[in-house]
Amino acid sequence: MRDLIADALKGHDADYIEIHFEESQATNIAYRGERLEEISRARNSGGNVRALVQGSWGFVSFNRLGGLRDKVALALEEARLASRGPFKLFPTEPVVETVVPQSEKGSTAMPLAAKKELLGEYNEIILSSPKIQSSRINYRDAGRQSIFANSEGSYIEQAKTDLTLRLTAIAREDNEVQQAGLSLGGNGEFSAVEGLHEQAREIARRAAALLSAPQVKGGEYTVILDPILAGVFAHEAFGHLSESDFVYQNENLRQIMALGKRFGGKHLNIVDDATIPNLRGSYKYDDEGTPATKTYLIREGILEGRLHSRETAAKMGERATGNARAINYLFSPIVRMSNTFIEPGSASFEAMLGDIEEGVYVEDWYGGMTSLEMFTFSAGEAYMIRRGRLAELLRPVVLTGNVFTTLQNIDAIGNDLEMNQGGGCGKGGQYPLPVSNGSPHIRIRHCVIGGR
Amino acid sequence: MEVLCSARREAEQAEVFLVSSPDSIGIQFEANELKQVQTKESSSIALRIFREGRIGFATASGGGGLEALVDMAVETSQFGSPANFQFPSSQDYSEVCIIAPEVEEIAMERMVEIGKELIAKIRGHTPDILCDVQVTRGTSSISLINSQGGEGRYDSSFFSLSLEGILVRDTDMLFVGDSGSSCRPDFIGVDDLADRVIWQLEMAKKKAAVSTKLLPIIFTPNGVASALLSPLVLAFNGKAVLEGASPLKDKLGEQVFDKKLSLWDDATIAYGVGSYPFDDEGVSSQRLPLVTNGVVANFLYDLQTAALAGTHSTGNGQRVGGGFPSPAISSLILSGGDVSFQAMVEDMKEGLIVEQLIGADQGNLLGGDFSGNVLLGYKVENGEIVGRVKDTMIAGNVYQVLKELLGIGQEARWVGGILQTPPLYCSHVSVVTKGS
Repeated sequence: MRDLIADALKGHDADYIEIHFEESQATNIAYRGERLEEISRARNSGGNVRALVQGSWGFVSFNRLGGLRDKVALALEEARLASRGPFKLFPTEPVVETVVPQSEKGSTAMPLAAKKELLGEYNEIILSSPKIQSSRINYRDAGRQSIFANSEGSYIEQAKTDLTLRLTAIAREDNEVQQAGLSLGGNGEFSAVEGLHEQAREIARRAAALLSAPQVKGGEYTVILDPILAGVFAHEAFGHLSESDFVYQNENLRQIMALGKRFGGKHLNIVDDATIPNLRGSYKYDDEGTPATKTYLIREGILEGRLHSRETAAKMGERATGNARAINYLFSPIVRMSNTFIEPGSASFEAMLGDIEEGVYVEDWYGGMTSLEMFTFSAGEAYMIRRGRLAELLRPVVLTGNVFTTLQNIDAIGNDLEMNQGGGCGKGGQYPLPVSNGSPHIRIRHCVIGGR
Repeated sequence: MEVLCSARREAEQAEVFLVSSPDSIGIQFEANELKQVQTKESSSIALRIFREGRIGFATASGGGGLEALVDMAVETSQFGSPANFQFPSSQDYSEVCIIAPEVEEIAMERMVEIGKELIAKIRGHTPDILCDVQVTRGTSSISLINSQGGEGRYDSSFFSLSLEGILVRDTDMLFVGDSGSSCRPDFIGVDDLADRVIWQLEMAKKKAAVSTKLLPIIFTPNGVASALLSPLVLAFNGKAVLEGASPLKDKLGEQVFDKKLSLWDDATIAYGVGSYPFDDEGVSSQRLPLVTNGVVANFLYDLQTAALAGTHSTGNGQRVGGGFPSPAISSLILSGGDVSFQAMVEDMKEGLIVEQLIGADQGNLLGGDFSGNVLLGYKVENGEIVGRVKDTMIAGNVYQVLKELLGIGQEARWVGGILQTPPLYCSHVSVVTKGS
């Protein structure tokens, strides 16, 4: 394979060429109510060629390796159609390496019967709870072995496993339908999805309790976010704004996102770090062969860095951070987050609650979305806070705001950092990318909550 | 069909489904400039078997998986759900127009020009806007064969054009955009798309303040797609109905929506990107009423769900993302009404027009809830659009909002190639804004 690729890369008139090739194997198991709805396996293989000529890219993806040299030639031809100003990619040292992660109880090697049995147990717990109408269990494990080679001499083989599980309980009474869920993930160890029986019972209880919970009155509140939702906030509200491909060609945005600018209080530190071992967003080299790094996005409230590919780094005169990622061979690498989190501060949860007269405590998440300046994210669970104490359960709420004012409005950061590995990130049609995010409890003043 | 033969040796029934897209071409502009030209070649194969009365399923793409396909399907069948239906036998499928041969003749250079023309038009109106544009075209071939004699094959083409524009002034960001897809390239007009985006830019020129209260809202076709579509699609899915999770489960034949509202799923529309002669399980496509004058008429079924529910497949079995067949919409058509958009606006004393929500798909969709931040929307005062709203969130429930509509617009149009809808004029939607 190495010779085949090296041969295809030789002797072309291009500024830069890279070739990706990958093989993957996946298992999906889905329950819907009592029924095992899907149990399936998949094997895929394919690759792509990306070429840079005079500042523009050509990209060819394929299923079959045959005629690789012609595919390189086609990518060059495509690149020549475009006409941007030429530039030099941020330089990276050529690397030749094989990265094989250590695995104790790898999920892809577990027998199908064991996976099905465990998921069946969770499903049974949910379905046998009071007022539960139905359930959803969605499990997926996927192993991916990829090869990256470029015209600068890099040849990197990496293997990675990704595991996700979502449990959902659906409660119904008369015409009212409510749901509660739990999202988990991991870098492939099956233990990440074991021993969740109590959590399964808990989401079923919560879905049933939501049937009689009131809807919050929409408006501005002081809000405390639990570590899961605060992590989503770090990812959605700020993380995407730190992805340089949104910024690098937009003069106005570059000014808004000027390094050194104050975005929050001195207690605020936001980090993206792909080098932490064993998280879903972790890797050794990104899909351009750049080593993964730890990047402070905000340090002590000041904008300190951002996430880069080799192109955006070169065009902004900054360093490549190893954040160019593609979900699979059908796509070009684009600037993405890895493991993004708010560093812990010193406040205790009780102290944060203590001086709130009326507010909302929000936990867990359904999802989040951003349009750079504006963000929204949804809590799966919410409680009123009255006179410094947690009060009644509320229907799920959606929080929204302007990222710039909201970051300034964070007035307390807890001491209890937790990482959340559920879900996946979508951008530019590439979904779901394995990432993780996290935070301690945080408190935000003047946060808008939607309601009726 | 070698795979079918070797599967038959292991199983009572078998079905092979093949998709191949020989070359789809995409042109990507970023910040007004051509960034990347790409071609994608892909093919995949899916095998479904009934073995010892249970369903097994496996997929493969590329060279690697073919030999293993039968083994994987056999392995999963040990745990699969009981096979409660038959694969459809041989039948004649009616023709549906979904291929325009001229798609393959559009040169990459021409696609680049189309992108440039579109950007030039938008910048002619607003010079400092930054546009991301994608022009995509391609063809794909589907073939299906099963052990019961069922067999089918069709080719389709697609052409799509999309634009997202961003205008940043100080810390204020304005997002505009639109897109179109069809099997026929001449159905997607650069001028139409540019005109709609320019209208958005015009309406958003000024900013307007709104306060927290219940207000009437006009959802434009884009607004309907962004706010109301997901909860509705979910509720008509035969699976959600079967398990009792859909709020519509007992409502067949009942008046649930406004009398003016009719909705159908139509897989036979000529040149619709969601159209097909047969679905991904070999069942003939049809035009299926979902809501007729406000009355719930049908739900969407695939073979397996239909068998469990004691009914027939509606020809909506689709393999989204190449996975297991499941009920899904083809193209949704919401019938046009008798009120012009202008008349709706003039009717409003105070209200909003919503084009785009973000985060709308996050709440309790199954219960019909929608809520989200208004990414693009305008304030109406005394019958006139006065400007764009910011920091504003709306929330409601489709069953309440669509129960009694103030009006359905005359101007139905396609959004993203799979939904045709007019603007909808709704009353009493909760609007929440900052600082009030």
